[in-house]
Amino acid sequence: MERAGGRVRRRGLFWRQFRKNRLAVAGGTVVVVLGLVAICAPLLAPYDPAAYDVKRILMPPGPQHWLGTDQIGRDVLSRMLYGARISMAVGFVSVGIAVLLGTLIGTVAGYYGGRVDELLMRFVDLMLNFPRFFLLLTLIALLRPSIWVIMAVIGFTGWMGLARLVRGEILSLREREFVQGARALGAADARIMGRHILPNALVPVLVSATLGVAGAILTESGLSFLGLGVQPPTPSWGNILIDGKANIEIAWWLSAFPGLAILVTVLAYNLLGEGLRDALDPRLRQ
Amino acid sequence: MLKYLFRRVAISIPLLLGILCLSFGMLKLAPGEPTIVQQDLQTRATGAQRETLRQLYGLDRPVYEQFGRWLWRVVRLDFGRSYSPDGRPVLDKIVERLPITLGLNLLQTLVIFSLAVPLGILSATRQYSRFDKATTVFVFVGFATPDFWLALLLMILFGVQLGWLPISGLRSLNFEYLSFWAQAWDIVSHLILPVLVASVGGLAGLSRYMRGSMLEVIRQDYMRTARAKGLPESVVVYKHGVRNAVLPVVTLLGLMLPGLLGGSVIIETVFGIPGMGQLFYQSAFSRDEPVLMALIVIGASLSLIGNIVADVSYAVVDPRIRVAKGREG
Repeated sequence: MERAGGRVRRRGLFWRQFRKNRLAVAGGTVVVVLGLVAICAPLLAPYDPAAYDVKRILMPPGPQHWLGTDQIGRDVLSRMLYGARISMAVGFVSVGIAVLLGTLIGTVAGYYGGRVDELLMRFVDLMLNFPRFFLLLTLIALLRPSIWVIMAVIGFTGWMGLARLVRGEILSLREREFVQGARALGAADARIMGRHILPNALVPVLVSATLGVAGAILTESGLSFLGLGVQPPTPSWGNILIDGKANIEIAWWLSAFPGLAILVTVLAYNLLGEGLRDALDPRLRQ
Repeated sequence: MLKYLFRRVAISIPLLLGILCLSFGMLKLAPGEPTIVQQDLQTRATGAQRETLRQLYGLDRPVYEQFGRWLWRVVRLDFGRSYSPDGRPVLDKIVERLPITLGLNLLQTLVIFSLAVPLGILSATRQYSRFDKATTVFVFVGFATPDFWLALLLMILFGVQLGWLPISGLRSLNFEYLSFWAQAWDIVSHLILPVLVASVGGLAGLSRYMRGSMLEVIRQDYMRTARAKGLPESVVVYKHGVRNAVLPVVTLLGLMLPGLLGGSVIIETVFGIPGMGQLFYQSAFSRDEPVLMALIVIGASLSLIGNIVADVSYAVVDPRIRVAKGREG
């Protein structure tokens, strides 16, 4: 009874703390709006993102095409709205993979300790010292670029920080009284981890995942820009920028808007993540 | 101290071997084979010729044997020959690009440090001032800005609209015919945009770190003592404050080491700079395994060395860590 009350009070405190941080609230709002835009892209897009029109090539932003058209007359705004779906999908799926892997490896290492821990943490060190962009490039070049490969590759190369984080949390939770109590009552390892330890480690993972989405979106756009990401004609913010570079001398709008979208999205996720961290970190509370 | 250093190096060697083993396995297990990629490029090659090629490269042997042979050659600093049509020694290909990436990254590091340190100090000593808030905004925006996009925008502004700076490559076409000073300016003008763009991310991170470090120092007792004994504020801040705050920041130099030789694939691609990043990009696609593996050896070694340098220099700077590590080891 008392525990439930404590949890509610803590949650209330968290919300009050979070709402005071105007930047974090702004970030959170943008994140929600972007999510909705991605989901509703077909309803919002004024044109078919793939419909080309040779009579409307490289039109600057105007009343008909708010953000202009590209070199084969496709509407940039519509392409960007659909591109938001790609960015969100890649961000969430790859971070999902990273969270699953990182939590699994971190939990096992932290809970069992000893040789298992040593072995797993050495593997984390190994992956961390692998030059990440080299690894991404090589894997993608070997497997041929597609949206699934991108998601998997970003996820499988981005779990190490989370594993370390979760391991640290587990180590500090493992010896707490409620865990020892559960163990004394004869709970199985899996139950202790799943019911007693992981829920308590969830919060830092959430913060890290939010920041991770920002990183994944940035990485995906970089890879797409190199032609290694989502393949045309599927629009993504990164591959619209390829057209921007190709037409750099005549069509600034092809470069300016997709990049701005990436910037705003990444900024929003970062602000939200930092805000969550500040609201949850008791040391920063006054 | 020395013991700590030895232990760090000893741990790193199996890590390096692990990375190499993993990358080698990755290249071998991936579908297809370099000879097939080459055959795609040269459609007239027959099956028998391909077999000859496989024997020449040793691709017909088991993977572990290939890895062993390769590793033994690498220990003697022989990285073999490139699979690309020019067939040149891998080391030559790397060495000719090294000065470009190295120079670019040294400049970039210089720009980052010379701007980030004063920026961090100023925003820490004036915490919550308008200047501090502006820097904070810059830091957040800097973190979120895709470097290739910033590159495109600056190219449009300074290259296309204003026409002040070139947007690609390292030299103009008429470089040979220019006077000495014109040549010097030509190189500088080609470098301004890449260095600027490459510095933004690091500048944001480092100035934030410097600010944090300085804020921590400002709260220390010795700062209060310095003020209490009546030293002028400038002496307190610069002599007692900055000297202590800048040390942990300097140790971060070690972490910048991998970039020095690895280069940035994105920056080099956008600006058409023939550096190491570009070499990796091209080799990944033509499946030039000897070049890829050589670059991974360099990249991973630098990353491991950089971490050791950062940790050790931190221990040198901060005696508390030295004591703790000494006890531990």
